[in-house]
Amino acid sequence: MSAYETYFSTVPFLAMIVSAVAVPLIVAFGRKPNLREAVTLIAAVIKFILVLTLLPDALAGRAAEWVLFEIAEGIDFSLRADPFGVFFALIASGLWILTSCYSIGYMRGHAEKKQTRYFASFALSLSATIGIAFSANLLTFIVFYELLTLATYPLVVHSESKKAIAAGRQYLAYALSAGLLMVAGMAWVYMATGTLEFTPGGILEEGMVSASGMKFLFILFLIGVGVKSGIMPLHSWLPNAMVAPTPVSALLHAVAVVKSGAFGIVRVVGFVFGPEVMATYGLNIILAVASGATIILASLIALQQTNLKRRLAYSTVGHLSYIALGASLLTTEGFIGGMMHISTHATMKITLFFCAGAIFVHTHKSDIRELDGIGRAMPWTLGAFTIGSLGLVGLPPVNGFISKWFLVSGSIEAQMWPLVVVLLLSGLLNAAYFFPIVYRAFFREGEKRADGRSVWEGVGEASPWMVVPLTLTGAMSVFFCFFPDIPFRFFTIATRVTQDIMGGGLPL
Amino acid sequence: MNHIPVLIPMVLLLGSMFAVFGRRSQENYLPFLIALGAMGLSAVFSIIGMVYSVTEGPIHYHLGGWQPPMGIELILDPLAAFFCLMITLVATVVLLHGEERVRIEVGDRIPAYYSSALMLVGGLTGIVLTGDLFNLYVFLEISSLASYALLATGRKPAAVSAFRYLILGTIGASLYLLGIGFLFMEVGSLNMSELAVMIPEVPVTAGLSAAAVLIVIGIGLKMALFPLHGWLPDAYTFASSPATTLVAPIGTKVAAYVLIRVFLFLFALDFMKEGIHLTTIVGWMGAAGVIWGSVMAITQRDMKRMLAYSSVAQVGYIALGIGLANPLGLIGAVLHAFAHCFMKACLFMVQTNFLHRLGHYDISRLDHRTRVAMPWTCAALVVASLSMIGLPPTIGFFSKWYLVLGCVEEGAWIFLAVLLLSTLLNAVYFFRVLEKVYLRSDGKAYDEGDIEADQATPSCEVGARMLYPTLVLAGSLLVLGFANAWIVAHFLQPMFPVW
Repeated sequence: MSAYETYFSTVPFLAMIVSAVAVPLIVAFGRKPNLREAVTLIAAVIKFILVLTLLPDALAGRAAEWVLFEIAEGIDFSLRADPFGVFFALIASGLWILTSCYSIGYMRGHAEKKQTRYFASFALSLSATIGIAFSANLLTFIVFYELLTLATYPLVVHSESKKAIAAGRQYLAYALSAGLLMVAGMAWVYMATGTLEFTPGGILEEGMVSASGMKFLFILFLIGVGVKSGIMPLHSWLPNAMVAPTPVSALLHAVAVVKSGAFGIVRVVGFVFGPEVMATYGLNIILAVASGATIILASLIALQQTNLKRRLAYSTVGHLSYIALGASLLTTEGFIGGMMHISTHATMKITLFFCAGAIFVHTHKSDIRELDGIGRAMPWTLGAFTIGSLGLVGLPPVNGFISKWFLVSGSIEAQMWPLVVVLLLSGLLNAAYFFPIVYRAFFREGEKRADGRSVWEGVGEASPWMVVPLTLTGAMSVFFCFFPDIPFRFFTIATRVTQDIMGGGLPL
Repeated sequence: MNHIPVLIPMVLLLGSMFAVFGRRSQENYLPFLIALGAMGLSAVFSIIGMVYSVTEGPIHYHLGGWQPPMGIELILDPLAAFFCLMITLVATVVLLHGEERVRIEVGDRIPAYYSSALMLVGGLTGIVLTGDLFNLYVFLEISSLASYALLATGRKPAAVSAFRYLILGTIGASLYLLGIGFLFMEVGSLNMSELAVMIPEVPVTAGLSAAAVLIVIGIGLKMALFPLHGWLPDAYTFASSPATTLVAPIGTKVAAYVLIRVFLFLFALDFMKEGIHLTTIVGWMGAAGVIWGSVMAITQRDMKRMLAYSSVAQVGYIALGIGLANPLGLIGAVLHAFAHCFMKACLFMVQTNFLHRLGHYDISRLDHRTRVAMPWTCAALVVASLSMIGLPPTIGFFSKWYLVLGCVEEGAWIFLAVLLLSTLLNAVYFFRVLEKVYLRSDGKAYDEGDIEADQATPSCEVGARMLYPTLVLAGSLLVLGFANAWIVAHFLQPMFPVW
């Protein structure tokens, strides 16, 4: 079935399960916080190493595969570490290590309650994410996709305030409905093709489903994965889910959960429908219009937000659609750009969320208008924030520049001029909503207290548990601009996956 | 001759006769032990029968050595064996779980209670095994009489609601009897395998159609198929909790199984589908029941009543699968009957546990302290709820998956929409309970005092004899979920050769 040479290995399974195994341990050590956090960190490191060992084979076009058994008539429950899966798993598991450190600083600094539930759910979410990355077919994918919804629900409602519970309900309603539509779409694909295996270049072929049916089917899938990746008008759960603690927003609502959606879009476009069917039935136009509109609208809404986390959330909504837009171009450069944006946006946005969290825990400020002059008090934090902002605007020397470059050149290659305009305009809008924050932080005087001293006097950096991770992710964002291929070969993988997808795809 | 087919129901019915003797006292443990022994023995026979029928093929057993047209035939094929095993296993677990509650709620009528319980299960296994339509009627009445008696135990209104069930159940049985009367007139036999050969050969007459319609309505009443479900919510709500836990999971499912057999093996499917559109009608009744039951469940405050309405909805799923009348839909229907049997038993156990420890099962009065006090019961509630909603990897997801496949194959888009919509409705009424149990309802953020209060809340988890059965069933939902392909391949597909 697969285009990859596969061999049996339990490593994909182990990489998936390791954090789930940590859950009972985390619960058992609930009253010994140091031991509990040690379990989280150890699981994170083991997970990352396991994923890393899969990298060389994935690059060589050999995919480690682990088949449990037939889980439904004719469909195996199987995990396969194909290059694209490894790509996503590397990002998610690598950033989990940093987020775990950050979580410890944040949760303790903020004296959060129910930390055991928090760390347990976090670990389970990561299992689900790696499961999504390695799913070899749609049925396995949906199993982990729903698991991710359930595992992240306790994180969204963490504070158990009215707002959090409402956000949790909304999240469940959106995510479960999406999952259902995807189940319907899967059943349809299965009846039409007799398989659900992800195959580079797609499993659907022309004429398998009528033209209008094909459009309908694509929309089912688009909603199914689009909710998690925040395609408008399915995005509104995401800004509301910002009531969750900031590390959750950082890893899950900037990387793991929402990128699962974006990852799903690329899977659906490249591995279920395939570029040929997409082009023949004009499905890419649907995707391009939806993602293009989302990019512009989300940026405009972000401009109006005064709460820092909400502004970041809308920015995330916009940037996730960059990935969808890359997939909709159906050109080599477009796919590479979209996939690279999965990794580049991950490091940049996690930096920004880390900064927002550090500011919140340390100074209890969450409104942008209160941040005048904070840059002098917390130079490292705001320095990292500046780097992330530059990257999201798309300027060198930050890695956001690379993905944006490929997206723009992909749009030109596809001769989709409106999308070129969308991308450039979005860059300007990103500058418009990020630079004022940087300007306020560094170039404005802070408010004066009654005795004439600045409010920031005596305020230093947050705990090193938080500052070190955010500095690292900021540094990574710069590093990956110059060396996107070192050490994780992101660029090579993206190129290779694109070749696999396009290989049997568009007529040249 | 292999005697397994007759041993399965006979052990139970004999046990029923012995269990009735003994003192009328709460301290009388003998009936319970007899019931447990008979159920266990019957489960063992079911396993033996299952292994035998899978390896050697179906067993045809002629009662008293009389040959079929005259005598009664019992047939133990893999599916029937599997159903028997499911019934006896779930009943055994329920019996273990309910022992303490029976002493509290039923009082000194313990011998009668266990005698009825055995009669119910014996009748249901008989229904599954019999190859004769009239004999099926007999077993149907045996099990129904027992369930009237069981559901009459409990609170005051139980007697009235059970009486209503008795009236409606008897009407259903009479309609069924009338139906097989017509059938006998038209065709001249009551043996199922003979009928299956003969019916396609006789001309389609009004009598034959009437027979089919009467049988379907009669069985529909027994399985609480919308809009014939009126007896169910009250009967389940007011009966004593152990009785509901015993009757609810298996009673309606066996009726659904009969309906499947009538559609699939008795009348030619084409006749039911094209001739009198009965499958379509049943499908639509099921679809309506799914929506109606789910909506009614959302509006309930009483957890037991919510579960009762949810049963109406779940029976609707099975009917919907039958209505699709293609192999995938039927596999989905049967698998859903299995799934629902396990998950509903688990949920009613959770409800009984709440009653046992908290003294109520009013959803609006549950709060986050419930979870602190009864962590394991609440965990079982989570698993069973996820299965009811139909989330992977529980069995509830896979039964729905086959139903969805069946819908797509048939192009039944409205049924598909009903399935998806009902999943959301299920999510609403189960997450409503979960939210109550796991999250604070006052909307205040957590503070130090709350943590201390939580730690001070004494654990009042139910005892091992109630807890382990609940957990076993909750665990089985996951196990069955992963084993679903094996069940389908070994027990369901051989029954639907059309694949």
